[in-house]
Amino acid sequence: MPNFPLSIRSFGVHAILIEWPNEVKEVILEDILRFSKHLKTNCLNVEKWEMVPAYNSLTLILREEPIDFVKLKQRLEKWYAERDTSKAPTKYYWRLPVCYDSEFGIDLEEVASKLGITVEDLIKKHSENVYTVFGIGFLPGFMYLGGLPEALEIPRKKTPRLKVAKGAVGLASKQTGIYPQESPGGWNIIGHCAVPMFNPKSENPCFVSVGDKVQFYPISRAEHDLHIIEGEVGIYKLEKKEWNA
Amino acid sequence: MLRVLKAGFFSTIQDNGRFGLLNKGVPVAGVMDSFSATRLNKLLENETNAAVMEITMTGPTIEFLKPTFFCAGGADILMTLNNNPIQHFKVYQVQKGDILSYGKLVKGFRNYLAVKGGFQVPAILDSRSYFYPITEQSQLKDGVEIEIDVCENYSPKLTALQIGSFLAESKLEVSKGPEFQLLSDRQLERLFSKKFTIAKEYNRMAYQLEEMIEQHKYNMLTSATLPGTIQLTPSGKLIILMKDGQTTGGYPRILQLSDKAISILAQKKYKDEVSFKLV
Repeated sequence: MPNFPLSIRSFGVHAILIEWPNEVKEVILEDILRFSKHLKTNCLNVEKWEMVPAYNSLTLILREEPIDFVKLKQRLEKWYAERDTSKAPTKYYWRLPVCYDSEFGIDLEEVASKLGITVEDLIKKHSENVYTVFGIGFLPGFMYLGGLPEALEIPRKKTPRLKVAKGAVGLASKQTGIYPQESPGGWNIIGHCAVPMFNPKSENPCFVSVGDKVQFYPISRAEHDLHIIEGEVGIYKLEKKEWNA
Repeated sequence: MLRVLKAGFFSTIQDNGRFGLLNKGVPVAGVMDSFSATRLNKLLENETNAAVMEITMTGPTIEFLKPTFFCAGGADILMTLNNNPIQHFKVYQVQKGDILSYGKLVKGFRNYLAVKGGFQVPAILDSRSYFYPITEQSQLKDGVEIEIDVCENYSPKLTALQIGSFLAESKLEVSKGPEFQLLSDRQLERLFSKKFTIAKEYNRMAYQLEEMIEQHKYNMLTSATLPGTIQLTPSGKLIILMKDGQTTGGYPRILQLSDKAISILAQKKYKDEVSFKLV
């Protein structure tokens, strides 16, 4: 694990931004999570500090008080050098059931034809790949997934839809993802995920964390409906598996 | 209990918002003008995080179903208690059946109603702040009843506060955002020499400004945003994120509003003018 050159900048009086080189890379994301774990465990009071990792940055926020930027920057540099580089922080692998039925995958055929592949091939390529969660934002529980195969890159729709269903699985340029709630959106919709990505009634409302791995697997319409019912009565449980690369 | 006979244009319950879920994409939410809301809670000697009603533009009509004490303030809206005019930032005692009515908006945009002990709506993810779909409602509806504490004996240490010219302020104090160094001399000149007008698009998520500054071609990876972050779009539009603003964004974060500036902006509406002052 190399030491990356970090850029540490102030972000108003309540936040500080730590930036890694401007690249989408697993090794960078891993170092961000390693450092953030070190900060949480050994350096900063987690009752007061919030940390937002995304792609090549880690933002630290202290809502109630102003930050002494110069002092904190020095301490962050020292803490970065002290982080444990021997092992990677724990991350999880989630298999998410997706129904690619044409009722949900409203753009499935159009996307396949534009990409010059069959619908079966599109589903296979989309579901055999393992994606990395590079960020969570935009909406509660919305994952920025990296690692989409080039063959599935397709521009977002020219006119966004006013309503995209909660759970809709979409494709747009280098990204794929799930709408965690009904929202306007311009992604090409190819299926529906039966698992809610954000549940405000749960103590842990969003099971996925930045750095985790996500893979979709195709399910039939009947299995999908069953999972939805199981989810509503609270008996559907996702398998939580540690990811060891 | 109190009953919201008429809810007004957009009334919600807000406390200081949610903590610890920014990394799951959950906005802070909470009162837009914390300057006013904090003072009302202080006046009633409430906890600093007590939930208040945030009233937007046109206010509600409320029937108290329990004896309590209340005070209101923020936007200058004409208010009456049982048809008698009342003052802002002043504590009033009410009995069952008393009616509080909001009238014409004079200045500002958001008024806050605080009751002794705070509004007891359920806390979801440790906050009573309305934010759909984390809370089931996005705003109060006509006829809804809200739990409040009974309070019959209370002698406030202070019965009223003088707030001064807060609503007249239009200078927003900002500090440098993480991508401040991208700004050209011409952009800086425009940002700090002239006024900006609030555009039609303004709500609890974000305020857009009408005047554009020079466009840019800078591309960045998605990264954290905060309430008060000023984003610059490629076309040169300025978007100021507010309390319900999204937690990540891909536009350069050129400036960051101070806490006080967020409160000042929260009282602005379409066509109002603001200017920026770098501190």
